[in-house]
Amino acid sequence: MDQQQVLEMLVELCEDEIIVENPDIDLFEEGLLDSFGTINLLVEIENRFNISVPITDFNREEWNTPNRIAGKLAERQ
Amino acid sequence: MTPYGNIAFFVIIGLLLLPTILLGLRGKSSKRYNLFISVIVLALIFGHSLNGTISLVLFTVFQVVLIVAYQRYRLQQNSGTIFIIAVLLSILPLILVKVLPILGLHHLFGFLGVSYITFKAVQMILETRDGLMKEKISVVELVYFLLFFPTVSSGPIDRWRRFTKDFHTVPSSEDYQKLLLSGINYIFVGFLYKFILAYLIYNYTLIYLPNHTYNYLTPFQGQLAYMYMYSFYLFFDFAGYSAFAVGVSRIMGIQTPINFNRPFASRNIKDFWNRWHMSLSFWFRDYVYMRFVLWMTKKKWLKNKFAISYIGFFLLFFLMGIWHGLEWHFVVYGLYHALLIISFDKFERWNKKHKRWPKNKWTHAIGVIITFHAVCFGFYIFSGTLF
Repeated sequence: MDQQQVLEMLVELCEDEIIVENPDIDLFEEGLLDSFGTINLLVEIENRFNISVPITDFNREEWNTPNRIAGKLAERQ
Repeated sequence: MTPYGNIAFFVIIGLLLLPTILLGLRGKSSKRYNLFISVIVLALIFGHSLNGTISLVLFTVFQVVLIVAYQRYRLQQNSGTIFIIAVLLSILPLILVKVLPILGLHHLFGFLGVSYITFKAVQMILETRDGLMKEKISVVELVYFLLFFPTVSSGPIDRWRRFTKDFHTVPSSEDYQKLLLSGINYIFVGFLYKFILAYLIYNYTLIYLPNHTYNYLTPFQGQLAYMYMYSFYLFFDFAGYSAFAVGVSRIMGIQTPINFNRPFASRNIKDFWNRWHMSLSFWFRDYVYMRFVLWMTKKKWLKNKFAISYIGFFLLFFLMGIWHGLEWHFVVYGLYHALLIISFDKFERWNKKHKRWPKNKWTHAIGVIITFHAVCFGFYIFSGTLF
């Protein structure tokens, strides 16, 4: 898994190219992700990278930007 | 004694907190002392009724045994059935409190704050299931968390991992000064909201509305005035209480999450639920809606992802509605909000394709106005005056 794959996944989920242009964008503030989007994200993370993130561990303050999500996933690999 | 109900309560906790403040300002730990005064304050809050005290003690022992037992079990095994049984046992007392009065068994069991303690207890079970509770939990700390007196009666609902981190941190003298100042600030906001604004709204408008308007208002205008005044009253009263709870927590070194973030400035209904009674709506979001949607998505019983999400919204708001009480207006209040959220979600997705509703300050302002009135109508249903 690399940064690029995470960004691609997020572009597909949020249907917005802005994620590649600005990987420090706050996904929740900008309305790109909500609780429903989060679930799809967790399912995709498990399918693509085989990393299981419990919902209770997904803290919006720490998982709010594409770069941070990539960082968090790298930690868990 | 009702927490934050009268001046005597503030004087008593003010005096009890003096040593906490002195220790904090010297950069020393006030953990032990805070545990000690908690027992005193809990006795003040619950001690007036023997029935209530016994209920509280038995209930707390029950929840603690359940949490510790489930945690021990989870370290060895992880069966879904045991997990469901643990959750059901944890909410059983709350269900009894809500259902027994309907069966005519009043005051058999029940006390202030039973649902807020339940929310925290269920949270412990769910996080244990998710494998986030690997370390041994100290029983004293767990009881302190469940019965943390500043928030014991009506929240905000804290999270264990956040709480325990604060509990074990001894702030430096400088950090404590900041905590203390913001705590005092919150308490004064609480006075303004609850004892001035909510009090004035209640005594100068709500006691006359909707029907006793002395012919100044038509019956329809009376209902309308009631709807808005009741909404403001609800906000100032509960946000005031929450500010007291957050303020006192901070003085004790615990940064209890805030409950309200200018909810009447919400730009849409989703935004509203991120700003109104936040600790409750986040609890339902994380532990009901998200868990349900994830579970349904993994089981693949329904192909349509959005249908799953909408069933999830109905479940969330239905539960939130009946949690307020098993009465029709609470059920309808819940379903009304589920409909609002689903309609908005459909609109949001439609707009993502068609881009008819741009993002600018005008659409923002219109969004705030629509949301405000829709929300006030919800509180009107909630008030029970409609039916």
